[in-house]
Amino acid sequence: MSARATDGTAGGEGPPVGVVLVSHSGPVAESVATLAIGLAGSGDTVPVAAAGGTPDGGLGTSAELITKAARTVDRGAGVAVLVDLGSAVLTVKALIAEGDELPEGARLVDAPFVEGAVAAVVTAATGAGLDAVAAAATEAHGYRKE
Amino acid sequence: MLDAAFFVRWMTAAAAVIDREADRLTELDSPIGDADHGRNMQRGFTAVVKMVEAEPPATPGAVLTAAGRQLISSVGGASGPLYGTMLRRAGKALGEAPQVSAQELRSGLAAGVDAVGQLGGSAPGDKTMLDALVPGVEALATSFDAAAEAAEQGAVATVPMQARKGRASYLGERSIGHQDPGATSSALLFAALAEVAK
Repeated sequence: MSARATDGTAGGEGPPVGVVLVSHSGPVAESVATLAIGLAGSGDTVPVAAAGGTPDGGLGTSAELITKAARTVDRGAGVAVLVDLGSAVLTVKALIAEGDELPEGARLVDAPFVEGAVAAVVTAATGAGLDAVAAAATEAHGYRKE
Repeated sequence: MLDAAFFVRWMTAAAAVIDREADRLTELDSPIGDADHGRNMQRGFTAVVKMVEAEPPATPGAVLTAAGRQLISSVGGASGPLYGTMLRRAGKALGEAPQVSAQELRSGLAAGVDAVGQLGGSAPGDKTMLDALVPGVEALATSFDAAAEAAEQGAVATVPMQARKGRASYLGERSIGHQDPGATSSALLFAALAEVAK
């Protein structure tokens, strides 16, 4: 797990929405975080954390890395959690159902992983709230490639 | 009536049987999954046993809730949140009673199995753990042995099914002819329950 923020200052009134990227693979989560932050450009601050793979560097999903990542990016404005496959989806759902594992306002966002991550970080960088960030990421489903 | 010690014995017996069968679970998970089910379940239940030995929970509900939490944290694959949610939901359904009846255990597990279906968006016939869990819980109305038998038959019945959930579903018809590893581990949990109830 690692957390980074885009540089600059927050564009909105309040604190920025945090973004957590959960993948079966550490390098995938890290790279998508780097991509999303890079494409968000400068001018705003969005805390983004990657929670990929297992703590020992293997493939899989780690509840521990996810909860750590969510706490790291929580600024009180909510946390958008994007996931890739199977156990990543189920683990985040189970953690949210627990009630007290993830920060209040943490939400699983149903979105394509890469496209959704870029949309979420770009939108969060405008100072938008969690609803708008989640909506932008979800809308990435509608972008057809052929 | 069943007390917290009974539930600790169940979790310990489950860990032991999963340990014994870990290689078989992984073999079953090789053709249609990612060949880690045995190791994942082993890791999860080892953590459960360590936890219940270090700080034995005081009630049946607390044993299952704590075990579920351990599974969610430590398994690393889809079986973690699925089994974890099942045990947690069952534990919550049992509440804080110091002892529960077999019938209360059955309705608690039924609530847990419902939660698994909701979390995974699956139903019996999809070639998942539900194909063993649902008949197992139903037969628990008769006896622990009947439940173990029904769950085992449910697991075997997944062989001709085509997977509609999880990684195996990508294989389409090629998933036919293989026993579902999740249904198999579910049958092992019922086998462990029948063993400690003797």
